[in-house]
Amino acid sequence: MSHELPEHPDWLWRTPDPKPAYDVVIVGAGGHGLATAYYLARNHGITNVAVLERGWLAGGNMARNTTIIRSNYLCDASAAIYEHALKLWETLPDELEYDFLFSQRGVLNLAHTLQDVREGTRRVNANRLGGVDAEWLDPDEVRAFCPIVNTSPDVRHPVLGATLQPRAGIAKHDHVAWALARKADAYGVDLIQNCEVTGFVRDGDRVVGVETTRGRIGAGQVALAAAGHTSTLADLLGLRLPLQSHPLQALVSELLQPVHPTVVMSNHVHVYVSQAHKGELVMGAGIDSYNGYGQRGSFHQIEHQMAAALELFPIFARAHVLRTWGGIVDVTPDASPIIGTTPIDGLYLNCGWGTGGFKATPASGWVYAHTIATGTPHPLNEPFALERFTTGALIDEHGAAAVAH
Amino acid sequence: MLLIACPWCGERDETEFHYGGQAHVAYPADPEALTDAEWAEYVFVRENPKGPFAERWSHAAGCRRWFNVIRHTVTHEILAVYPAGRPEPVIA
Repeated sequence: MSHELPEHPDWLWRTPDPKPAYDVVIVGAGGHGLATAYYLARNHGITNVAVLERGWLAGGNMARNTTIIRSNYLCDASAAIYEHALKLWETLPDELEYDFLFSQRGVLNLAHTLQDVREGTRRVNANRLGGVDAEWLDPDEVRAFCPIVNTSPDVRHPVLGATLQPRAGIAKHDHVAWALARKADAYGVDLIQNCEVTGFVRDGDRVVGVETTRGRIGAGQVALAAAGHTSTLADLLGLRLPLQSHPLQALVSELLQPVHPTVVMSNHVHVYVSQAHKGELVMGAGIDSYNGYGQRGSFHQIEHQMAAALELFPIFARAHVLRTWGGIVDVTPDASPIIGTTPIDGLYLNCGWGTGGFKATPASGWVYAHTIATGTPHPLNEPFALERFTTGALIDEHGAAAVAH
Repeated sequence: MLLIACPWCGERDETEFHYGGQAHVAYPADPEALTDAEWAEYVFVRENPKGPFAERWSHAAGCRRWFNVIRHTVTHEILAVYPAGRPEPVIA
């Protein structure tokens, strides 16, 4: 029987039909929704939970990002939540008993102008004061750390230095989702795919369930984790949010031998590049300027990022693009997420991550689960409340996010 | 890449234009009377529809004039182009 195909491996999670009601219904089975379900069970013992996904599990932005993990943000509130995430990333593979190839190869944020140098050194100092690892490298040190970066002074935008966060890195995004899904499922969480939320069930001022393409599902609490589609869901409740959805593109090259030892980001010429474990160069740049849900972007964005990549890495000149794709990111006016309660009882909000969602996955789930379980924010997400747009206590991360919003 | 028909210059590549977000957002008629929540709404909250969207574009690398576009945010089909200040046309 040597010609017999190998047995199909066990599925990592069940595919149950929805029950009539749950204590918590999470809308969106991406990284944040799955992490929220996992921590609801692990940290709070809440397991009567459904995660609803209109498509397939982790098929939205979780499948479309550039997998970079770092916590070198400028503002205290941002650095704190991303650093909590990074600490969780460091222990999660063991805890989830699933290797998602978390590789702490460091991230360089290059400086090309005097202003970049000032911003970078300021951020290094802010990070160190906040307990985040950070170093300033001069051009020779940049070359030593990542020999393929062109540090010649004779280019249009010479490298004047870089910040380095040694603990930053990349992880295999699909495996992260599968690892979280598998453990959440083991706790009894129902992961329900092909189940689009089409409306909400209300009892007075309170949300008590959702209408879906698979019928009505009752809920003690409803937690949105739908990224770019959050405002279309909130519109169904008449809840207006400071969110704009934009396409964000990425691309990968053909497979190459290991040449690129770290993650390199440049806000000034605007590209970010790492090399996946399998060998592709993974590149991204900024969002498209216009609102869009089409999961594709403009070609000129790709041209810009390729030009930037070639200036920084002349050896990439003959690499071929294998594929490009787009995700839909929800961007807030201060380039920071919204995580917390809403004016509608029973409805919770986790959105507005813009381009920073993947790296935040475990911390986002951690604080969101806390907020849902206790009805009050965790200290780490308290500054990220929706009310900040009324009080004016914004968390303006535009420059430090290292990606133009 | 979008192909946008500037009302004055004709069809040009998206790279010649600057995006200005939602159109027809009027400055508050009585600013003194607004509450903090109403100011937040005016400053920070915009429509974010999945479908036709009335938005502003400026022909930054051309005539430098602002005008309005109705564009479908999923298909990117441009359904109308009209000068700033005109009322939003009804899209059937």
